[in-house]
Amino acid sequence: MSRVTLLALQVLVAVVCIALWQLLSTVPVFGKILLPPFFFSNPVDVFSQIVKWFASGVIWKHLAITLWESILAFVIGSVAGVLVGFWFARQPLVAAVFDPYVKMANALPRVVLAPIFALWLGLGIWSKVALGVTLVFFIVFFNVYQGVKEVSRTVLDNGRMLGMSEGQLMRHVYWPSALSWMFSSLHTSVGFAVVGAVVGEYLGSAAGLGYLIQQAEGIFDVAGVFAGMFVLSAFVILIDSGVTLVERRLLVWRPTAADGRG
Amino acid sequence: MTTPTAVALEDAKVAFRLGDGRVYTAVEKAHLAVAQGEFVAIVGPTGCGKSTLLNVAAGLLKPAAGSVKIFDRPLAGLNRDAGYLFQADALFPWKTALDNVAIGLEIKGTPRSEVLPQAQKWLTSVGLGAFAGRYPHMLSGGQRKRVALAQVLIRDPKILLMDEPFGPLDAQTRQVMGNLLLDLWNADRKAVLFVTHDLEEAIALADRVVIMSAGPSSRIIGDWRVQLARPRDIFEVRMDKEFHALHREIWSVLKDEVMKGYAQSTHAAEAV
Repeated sequence: MSRVTLLALQVLVAVVCIALWQLLSTVPVFGKILLPPFFFSNPVDVFSQIVKWFASGVIWKHLAITLWESILAFVIGSVAGVLVGFWFARQPLVAAVFDPYVKMANALPRVVLAPIFALWLGLGIWSKVALGVTLVFFIVFFNVYQGVKEVSRTVLDNGRMLGMSEGQLMRHVYWPSALSWMFSSLHTSVGFAVVGAVVGEYLGSAAGLGYLIQQAEGIFDVAGVFAGMFVLSAFVILIDSGVTLVERRLLVWRPTAADGRG
Repeated sequence: MTTPTAVALEDAKVAFRLGDGRVYTAVEKAHLAVAQGEFVAIVGPTGCGKSTLLNVAAGLLKPAAGSVKIFDRPLAGLNRDAGYLFQADALFPWKTALDNVAIGLEIKGTPRSEVLPQAQKWLTSVGLGAFAGRYPHMLSGGQRKRVALAQVLIRDPKILLMDEPFGPLDAQTRQVMGNLLLDLWNADRKAVLFVTHDLEEAIALADRVVIMSAGPSSRIIGDWRVQLARPRDIFEVRMDKEFHALHREIWSVLKDEVMKGYAQSTHAAEAV
């Protein structure tokens, strides 16, 4: 299938869904409206809400806040995950001692931490960042830990025989290996950074996309809720394609499933 | 003038402690000397501990008894005079072919601007001048071995340790690689310890062929001098009458060990 046909089909799905939505929420079928506007709103209202947000410029502030929270959560969570992952992988004793606690902390649904973070860090951005960090940290941590532990024995021996010191092994062998594992989970960890930010905002804040959605919901403004959801999806897709670009640049050395063996 | 001994294993014994506490002796009292400039091949049945012996010479393994001397000095830690060519892929997958070759000098602290032209020169001499920018996964198995060879040789080690380096390659590529190795070796004649299970390869390449018995507790049971003229061409030398005579002679000894090795490995498999 050519790219154009595929794109056309993909657009078609959206058109059909939106048309159905519009139709069923405005035109009665057998004297009954199947999607009552109170619960489902309609595409025109949702779209005009989005246009209003962008036209008046209020949305930018919320987008910027959410983006900033996501970035902070991602960066702090990743740095902490890399450091602790490295430390645990190189010190098996430490890893063994902390193992049950790490499992316990990871098993906890992070949403329940949101009120505590709000209590500790207030309603500003930092309680959201903290929530995102708890999500990102574990993904990066487990991947880096695995990456360092699973360095090929032969590659390691080769490094030693080529005369590498411990520091050089770190830089030329452990580090790239750990990074490659971390980058393979980049989509997940960036996604979770956004989830942390939005959920945090939803549960208590004064700005951000989660706040917008929560506000709309509070006054039964369904069009506002849907509009917030669409903006959020577009936002996540944009970030994700950014991640794909970064990934392509950084992981050129990795074989992809498609190119087989040369 | 006597040529100095590059590698000397004196009554080296290698043993491993198994999971259940028993001790498994891989190699018993191995006595082996490789003179400077000499190409020695170790041949033995699968599982006879020939790679283990190589790891001892590299300093990756410590012998349980006996000693290892490198240029008449006892070996402590890793063998810094040796370059090691591994059987499995040992290239750094995150570095290009050029960077993989350059790394050997870079870690010595040579500035990158000086290293890169040398690395390029070495890549060219193994026939991969045009592949500098490729990552290992973009190269074929034979090409990866060539890069690995350049990676080891750029450091100009006095001793080359090779652990079935061409084992994973197909038959034709192995011969091509063998000739490449001989060409490069001829330039400065390093001491080589070459482990293989292929007797023909061993005779075609080496000055001396050493045979090991089937494991466990394998020993060196034979040592033949290969008098074939150098420089050799691996394709040609296999037609030589002397080659055949020597092959027959060594094979008569090796065959029994190979059979023993098989019997043991199938027996072990049944026991499990």
